[in-house]
Amino acid sequence: MQSVMVGIKRVVDYNVRVRVKPDGSGMATEGLKMSINPFDEIALEAALRLRESGAFAHVVLVTVGPPETEQQLRSGLAMGADRAIRIDAPFDLEPLTVARALHAVVLREQPGLVVLGKQAVDDDHGQTGQMLAALWGRPQATFASALAVTGALATVTREIDAGLETLEVDLPAVVTTDLRLNQPRYVKLPELLKAKSKPLAVLSLAELGVEAARQFTVREFTAPPVRAAGVQVNSVAELVAALDARGVLS
Amino acid sequence: MNRVLVVAEHDGTRLAPATAKCVRCALDLEPEALVVAVLARGGAEIAARAARLAGVTGVLLVDAPHNAVPLAAVLAPQVAGLAADFTHLMGPSSTFGKDLLPRIAALLGVGQISDVLAVLGSHRFRRPVHAGNALVTVDADPQRLVVATVRLASYAGVGEGPAAPIEQRTLDVALPDHTRFVARREGGGARPELMTARRVVSGGRALGSADGFQLVAELADVLGAALGASRAAVDSGFVANDLQVGQTGKIIAPELYVAVGISGAIQHLTGIKDARTIVAINKDPEAPIFEVADVGLVADLFKAVPELISALRARGTR
Repeated sequence: MQSVMVGIKRVVDYNVRVRVKPDGSGMATEGLKMSINPFDEIALEAALRLRESGAFAHVVLVTVGPPETEQQLRSGLAMGADRAIRIDAPFDLEPLTVARALHAVVLREQPGLVVLGKQAVDDDHGQTGQMLAALWGRPQATFASALAVTGALATVTREIDAGLETLEVDLPAVVTTDLRLNQPRYVKLPELLKAKSKPLAVLSLAELGVEAARQFTVREFTAPPVRAAGVQVNSVAELVAALDARGVLS
Repeated sequence: MNRVLVVAEHDGTRLAPATAKCVRCALDLEPEALVVAVLARGGAEIAARAARLAGVTGVLLVDAPHNAVPLAAVLAPQVAGLAADFTHLMGPSSTFGKDLLPRIAALLGVGQISDVLAVLGSHRFRRPVHAGNALVTVDADPQRLVVATVRLASYAGVGEGPAAPIEQRTLDVALPDHTRFVARREGGGARPELMTARRVVSGGRALGSADGFQLVAELADVLGAALGASRAAVDSGFVANDLQVGQTGKIIAPELYVAVGISGAIQHLTGIKDARTIVAINKDPEAPIFEVADVGLVADLFKAVPELISALRARGTR
């Protein structure tokens, strides 16, 4: 039986507010709490449930990044993944390069399904899953809120602007997760200890035949414009009057 | 000189307002050609609409049975085949465009700039990162095709202009059959569509339950507004995720936004900061939503909202 592969990214924890560095060269992330990108955690939970249902034999976790990203791989192993692969690379690879690296691992591992988060909450690109599916020449089902696997088929419900859409895709395929797909499980301490002995392999981009070339130059980071302060009203009557004054009720 | 191809979004019969917004963004590139690609089954009416968008210089219509529903795996190789004559390829940052554009980019071996909110030059763009906590200026390689999605809340749609010529194209590209459409279930019902509504009323976790959320729905109906929700309200199961407003949901720019019982997490504020007027009703005076609200009312929503509904009903506001 085949494995299901999950891609995760190390990001500043969702609940931490990140600010632009004073010199505009990037975000001030030093010393901030780091976590698995929340959508990727949902992807891992989905993969674990598919393994538990017997649809796949193993869950293989992959990340692309420097050695400190192994902390997040260990967290993912503690959640229940069977083994992990770190593709050694700098933090700020472009999504197409990440997709190429994942594609190279996919060709080695031949998973039956790849599950990724729909976007990382740091760069907010939302590209990697679709790019991987294109490079691999396989189906994509993005923004999944329900996922079922039967034999060599997956049925995926997608969260689209107009409501919900259901697709049927041949496996292998790439699925990216939306928020409501599941509620990721909590890690218990014994699993955290057990995770230390699970296999974690490191591959280089060179081994995978992927170049870290850049197509874009990031020039500067700026803080977003601040809205002008508004007025505080004390009653519903005053609220209606304030809206009238702004002409928004006509 | 820039030649821009915009991928049209439509529902099979009507052109989506997102397309006029993409055209508006594309005009900032001062293009010598601005062509809209309509991939549909039939699609003559959609193409005619696209041809009348102000600034459009041509429409490419690919009418084929396999374009009846928008499957990224089927559309991507076709759009990639059309892109050769262009310097820029743009599409909306809606679920349609977010699904499709990266697949096209990867087929063509180029990266993508997501959520363009300003065009600063033919190869310089600004986009939000970290849930809108920062804006980043990015330069693209002038030697390559630029693929970009357009942040719809940042652009008003263009109006009508003289009809541009429509050219029918037949594409000879191999299309996969590994992806099949099963069903689509529309969300909203009778209310206006969240992405394009002039008025939006959203509720947060403070509504307490799906039943409690009916209060917000009633206020929305009195105002003729679309209904929205914070991520917390969606996570709590009060409403479906297609109502979620914020960085991980929908980014909107209505004339009036009313936030009821929403504290104002940064990711929610990112989704509403282009609204013309923001109204907040919350019992916590320290809630971050008040930092962005144009009009704030510190009050118990279960008291204030029914009062507001009666006040609005009494005036017959719509």
